[in-house]
Amino acid sequence: MSEVKTISGRGIPLKGNDIDTDRIIPARFLRCVTFDGLGEQVFADDRQQTNGEHPFDQPQYQGANILIANGNFGCGSSREHAPQALLRWGIQTIIGESFAEIFLGNCVALGIPCVIATPKIIAQLQAKLTESPKTTISVNLENKEVRCDDLTVPVQIGEGIRQMFLTGKWDSCGQLTANAEQVKTTAANLPYIAWAS
Amino acid sequence: MSKGTLFDKVWDLHTVGILPSGQTQLFIGLHLIHEVTSPQAFAMLRERGLKVLFPDRTVATVDHIVPTENQARPFVDVLAEEMMQALENSCKEYGIPFYNIGSGDQGIVHIIAPEQGLTQPGMTVACGDSHTSTHGAFGAIAFGIGTSQVRDVLASQTLALSKLKVRKIEVNGDLKPGVYAKDVILHIIRTLGVKGGVGFAYEFAGTTFERMSMEERMTVCNMSIEGGARCGYINPDETTYEYLKGRDFAPKEGDWEQAVSWWNGIKSDRDAEYDDIVTFAASEIPPTVTWGITPGQGIGIDESIPTPESLAEGDRDIAEEAYKYMKLDPGVPIQGTKVDVCFVGSCTNGRISDLREAAKFAKGHQVANGVKAFVVPGSERVKKEAEAEGLHHIFLEAGFEWREAGCSMCLAMNPDKLQGDQISASSSNRNFKGRQGSSTGRTLLMSPAMVVAAAINGTVTDVRKML
Repeated sequence: MSEVKTISGRGIPLKGNDIDTDRIIPARFLRCVTFDGLGEQVFADDRQQTNGEHPFDQPQYQGANILIANGNFGCGSSREHAPQALLRWGIQTIIGESFAEIFLGNCVALGIPCVIATPKIIAQLQAKLTESPKTTISVNLENKEVRCDDLTVPVQIGEGIRQMFLTGKWDSCGQLTANAEQVKTTAANLPYIAWAS
Repeated sequence: MSKGTLFDKVWDLHTVGILPSGQTQLFIGLHLIHEVTSPQAFAMLRERGLKVLFPDRTVATVDHIVPTENQARPFVDVLAEEMMQALENSCKEYGIPFYNIGSGDQGIVHIIAPEQGLTQPGMTVACGDSHTSTHGAFGAIAFGIGTSQVRDVLASQTLALSKLKVRKIEVNGDLKPGVYAKDVILHIIRTLGVKGGVGFAYEFAGTTFERMSMEERMTVCNMSIEGGARCGYINPDETTYEYLKGRDFAPKEGDWEQAVSWWNGIKSDRDAEYDDIVTFAASEIPPTVTWGITPGQGIGIDESIPTPESLAEGDRDIAEEAYKYMKLDPGVPIQGTKVDVCFVGSCTNGRISDLREAAKFAKGHQVANGVKAFVVPGSERVKKEAEAEGLHHIFLEAGFEWREAGCSMCLAMNPDKLQGDQISASSSNRNFKGRQGSSTGRTLLMSPAMVVAAAINGTVTDVRKML
């Protein structure tokens, strides 16, 4: 797994609180056995209703890789299809006021850091990217900072998760499977394991 | 930091170790899988050449994509058929028990595990579905997870997780007639907000929950996630043990005494410490219905749709979005809102007691003209039990459709969907934009009794008028 320290590129502002994973990827697109192709379907219903005015359709945000969202982003269904769809569209990191927990965990598993900033900072970033969409923006996990044009602002991220990205250990599967013997010991100490047999 | 709660005890007992990231490697006692979030996880296993470490601690069923009318194979929907086959093949390949359609045991994953006694106190449970919190009703710690985490559990029977804080939500007293477990949880979410629970496990405590049946407790824990809490639980007691005894996978005669004693030991201590405590009085909870696009946008049945001025500043933008999407005006009473579709079912309210309560109100009445109403049992066992009691006759005579088990219109990944901007009265758990299968469809969440009252009157109705 690769280390994730700084992600730079262009930003895409997406305003609104409580944007749930049904909106990020409507359930009908979950009828699939691979995640391929989900990138085109991200925000399908929202985009259809805004007739090209959705940021994910607007020409000025094509090629953006840093999403700036508001509060409780990714709430609702645990579907990993949501961050998979964002990733496949091109999103590599998300700056938000707050994130729903399952969504945030799913993002970690895909190598997408979610960093938290105050509502005021989010409003500033969204305003800047609305005015000048081509502005360069970067998320630096080492010093927990976001730079956008002349603006440098602090962001937060859980320390454990930050270390996982910095050291390239954000994919937990390898670490978890390496401890199979300890796992079996833990299981052997749980009485219900024996009741089932 | 919480101390001495059931959450702390179960967490400690299942801790394998601390990972370099500081996260805990937590053993998962019961892993439930279904057709939607597992195919990619099996693909990841194959890609990495990994095996399933404890195949007998994973149980599979199909629920999300299952048609509730025509279940003949192959399914009409070729994509659904492909998902079905993927799960069938993976279960066969890895030796995972699978409850398929027609087995008599298939159903919504959060309904079949409790009814077979798979879910037990003190366990950790994980499933690639956010409503896994349901299993907390047994005093289990149950997490909804994503597909990469399904892979992790298959490969290692563990998850990498950070410990949650614990908030005790105490509700005391008797619920008034016409007020149900669904109203209690909608009221809690309305009060604490949809993100109030982020970072917390919810412990539901107090006499109101103590007096609830297991099925009512499941309804409450089911919607913890709608309040932002990844898991919610209720300490096990005699009600829990009585429900479990004799079920297929419950501890048998020789183990039962030891099991009860272990279960009693994992309850929260009397002097347990919590990160937060919130209290409610049951007598103050009205029949509750959502009017907006988040489960937190709920009001008492006697109330009007809130005006922006009456809301906290942070809730106004989402309210404005909701007025527009729902085509409902602030200041207008919710009672009398015309409904098009009425749905009884889902992992929140698709159990036998839900159907019995719904049938009580349907009996001797007729679904209003122009309303499509249907009842979807949560499992094949629920369906069989309901039919043995004659509940299906009551529904059919009243003009409801009677379907096969599945998730149905809760999330509309199957043929059950709203059309255009239809409004549904729904006993499910989410009223998000587009949730019920139409990008302009509108959902009002309420108890099964209130759904039936709406079906009969054609409008949102106070069920207390029918008592």
